[in-house]
Amino acid sequence: MTNPNVVLHVADVHKRFGGLHALADIDLQVEEGKTHAIIGPNGAGKSTLLNVIIGKLAPSSGQVVFDGAVLTGRKPFQINQLGIARVFQTPEIFADLSVLHNVMIPALAKRDGMFKLNMLRALDSETGIRAEAEDMLEDVGMLARRDMLAGSLSRGDKRRMELAMCLIQHPRLLLLDEPTAGMSRHDTNTTIELLQKIKARGMTKVIIEHDMHVVFSLADKISVLAQGRIIADGSPDEVRGNPKVQEAYLGGTH
Amino acid sequence: MTNLMSRNDLLLFAGFTLVVLTMPIWLAPFGAGYPDLLQRFMIFGIFAVGFNILFGLTGYLSFGHAAFFGVGSYAAVWSFKLLTLDAIPAILFAVIISGLFALVIGYLCLRRSGIYFSILTLAFAQMSYNLAYSVLTPITNGETGLQLTLNDPRSLDAVLGQSVAGQPVPNLLGQPLSGYAGFYFCAGFLILAFFLAQRIAGSPFGMMLKAIKSNQTRMQFTGFNTRPYALSAFVISGMYAGLAGALLAVTDPLAGAERMQWTASGEVVLMTILGGVGTLIGPVIGAWLIKYFENILSALNDQILARFWSFLPDGAADTMVAITGKFVGDGWFLTLGLVFVIVVIFLPGGIMEGVRRIAGMFRRRSGSSPATRTQPAE
Repeated sequence: MTNPNVVLHVADVHKRFGGLHALADIDLQVEEGKTHAIIGPNGAGKSTLLNVIIGKLAPSSGQVVFDGAVLTGRKPFQINQLGIARVFQTPEIFADLSVLHNVMIPALAKRDGMFKLNMLRALDSETGIRAEAEDMLEDVGMLARRDMLAGSLSRGDKRRMELAMCLIQHPRLLLLDEPTAGMSRHDTNTTIELLQKIKARGMTKVIIEHDMHVVFSLADKISVLAQGRIIADGSPDEVRGNPKVQEAYLGGTH
Repeated sequence: MTNLMSRNDLLLFAGFTLVVLTMPIWLAPFGAGYPDLLQRFMIFGIFAVGFNILFGLTGYLSFGHAAFFGVGSYAAVWSFKLLTLDAIPAILFAVIISGLFALVIGYLCLRRSGIYFSILTLAFAQMSYNLAYSVLTPITNGETGLQLTLNDPRSLDAVLGQSVAGQPVPNLLGQPLSGYAGFYFCAGFLILAFFLAQRIAGSPFGMMLKAIKSNQTRMQFTGFNTRPYALSAFVISGMYAGLAGALLAVTDPLAGAERMQWTASGEVVLMTILGGVGTLIGPVIGAWLIKYFENILSALNDQILARFWSFLPDGAADTMVAITGKFVGDGWFLTLGLVFVIVVIFLPGGIMEGVRRIAGMFRRRSGSSPATRTQPAE
């Protein structure tokens, strides 16, 4: 790691599924405080890369280093405890619990760690955590829905709540997997606004996205993935003008 | 107390305590106001409340909880035989032993979830049953069952110079625990068990268990190690089962292997689902109803039925006796099965869902519409 600002380093990662070389020779450096987008046509290996970073998949070779700690081989909850939160393509939420409880749970994980047997303490006495969760919901514009069951929210609201669940942990790195997939134009725009608001807070983000409108509204840096390889790397303007990228998008399956 | 429990929880707890303690009075008109049956209401109520901590909160369905119930009974009887006839040491001993047993079995079974977890618990329980029935005969006295004899060492009682004349029976500080004393003894434990379950359900720990049931993936990506949470719930519910088993041994100091059989494990599942999975009161009501109807229906026979239907003309009366006769006596399981099917199809949330729907109808009539609010723990 030559650049001292690099917080996440995907070093020489390969991933093979049988004969398929899903990721080849991936070297990715994400700088602290930046929003780094990974784009590419369908099947380029974007989700595989994210799953390798977060510990859901083990790379065939290479490693992922976050702020000096090797992530490879750690379990998802250990990776989260290091300060990495993730937003999923399909929101992963606690559908049977209220919106407020959905946001309180990650706050408790941040405070109490990966396990605490506090079974005789009343949840109602957690006023600090509750206030924190309410502030967070206010921030994402969902305070009025705090008592609703999370499962009954609209897709856009589920995404906002999931973002609130990640942000309340004040993660050092936030991973976003197609945060606007399957959303209406309106929901997409409100999500972009929300993400721009977060951007102002200086949190490092890695975002995987299909929608170029979303990418160019948010990213500081873009890496283009095609057939498991990074074919271009740079600022939005550099990437936009890169002929290889245009070829991958126009000549590919997209 | 208000900073420990919300007003609703406190009201629920007070109401529950009142209902339990006055059971001998209000159950008398139903033919259930006698201590022997009331004790069983308390014991199986504890079993179901504990089972619900695992199944209702975390969603892990165990088909082997009778094993912990049986271990509790054996441990209690051994305490009566080796230490003292006092009930308290026996109960402590039983809860600890069944907790340790649950720790080992839970650790192994929780490596899987869903149907595989259920099958693993069933397999371990059947192994325990077979061990108790034959292999471990020196400890369990096999088929005959473990019972108290005059020649038991009872070392603590011997040191204190207490001896018994006639058949030894468990006591509490020298006071006999037969009849209503036994009922109030068990009722005290049910109330305590309910209180603890209420505290657990209303704690951050309880919310984590509900979150595990709701979305295990999100739990892991939120930074929680879900395994120790599920294991704690498993051990706690195993200890509840051990407590219930010990109390059954207190009221009737004979432990047999049949208490560990899969039908006994299935019964507590039925109680919980019938009453309402995940609610606090539901499993207790389920346990009471099943034990009540088991008691009433299995005592009926063709003569009683013939008297009941005697107002009909002869031919019709005989037919009715023949039909209803299939559903009583040993056939009462047929009734149980039928009721269970009806409840699961029409009220998947059990009896508590029925209560909620009726309450909702009244509330709608009075004009307010709280449909979007979440349900508090019942």
